[in-house]
Amino acid sequence: MRWFWIDKFVEFESGCRAVAVKNVTLSEDHLHQCLPAYPYLPASLIVEGLAQTGGLLIGEYNRFTERVVLAKISKAEFHGLALPGDTLTYTAELEYIKDDGALVRGTSHVNGQLQAEVDLFFAHLDDRIEEEMFEPVHFLNMLRTLRLFEIGRKADGERLEVPSHLLEAERS
Amino acid sequence: MSLTKDEIYEKIQTALIDALGVDDDEVTAEATLVGDLGAESIDFLDIVFRLEKAFDIEIPRSELFPEDILTNAEYVQDGKVTPTGVEQLKKRMAFADLSKFEQNPMVQDFGNLLTVNDMCRYIEGKVGAT
Repeated sequence: MRWFWIDKFVEFESGCRAVAVKNVTLSEDHLHQCLPAYPYLPASLIVEGLAQTGGLLIGEYNRFTERVVLAKISKAEFHGLALPGDTLTYTAELEYIKDDGALVRGTSHVNGQLQAEVDLFFAHLDDRIEEEMFEPVHFLNMLRTLRLFEIGRKADGERLEVPSHLLEAERS
Repeated sequence: MSLTKDEIYEKIQTALIDALGVDDDEVTAEATLVGDLGAESIDFLDIVFRLEKAFDIEIPRSELFPEDILTNAEYVQDGKVTPTGVEQLKKRMAFADLSKFEQNPMVQDFGNLLTVNDMCRYIEGKVGAT
């Protein structure tokens, strides 16, 4: 199984907000693991989807040069279940960002109805941990699959460019 | 624009409620962040971020969490902060009441020192409360 909990970005404004969608399908095994006769997307995977939306928003702010990790879920409230056939719209807003981390507020909507709300705290890993989190070429492929560079815009409205260090990794 | 002490208290209370998921009646002036409100190490960074945002200020980590003193062999012996170390802490953290800690200054107990009141005094010093 691939650890993708969003399907694509539909809006992405650098340093401000990102909107991604997640389509819930009956063929996903994890829908059947909580209540056998009543498949739904577990709340933890909705938080993960919101964290991926927010985490990439933070990562892009620093041109993907920082290693961003979800450090804390300060708040997670759910107002309804996500069922097969639903399209979840995840919105992440960057509340505050510094050298050592960031605060993100996230919401999930289904058909315009608020389904979940989260407050997430992300940390940037410092030099004490040397490990690379993603292989650069795979990471770039993932960003393209999520259509980040198709729809992403900088604060001035210009299109987002692929960071040069990722392009170089791809060429080498 | 300077803030009143009440306004500062309210903003700190909001930051602590949001960061720690506690109820507003739990955030009393005397409550300790670790012992009473259950703050863990990652929460402190979250709290600092929220306070910086709420008050539009910069909070150098070492002012609230003087790890450099508490891990310095010059100021710590056998897990205890030396009298010179305590003086350094007092100088750095003039906003905090260290009188209890001073009686038996074990490094392991330092984390449970900060109270909501200490945070208020710290912020008041930063923003100049009226």
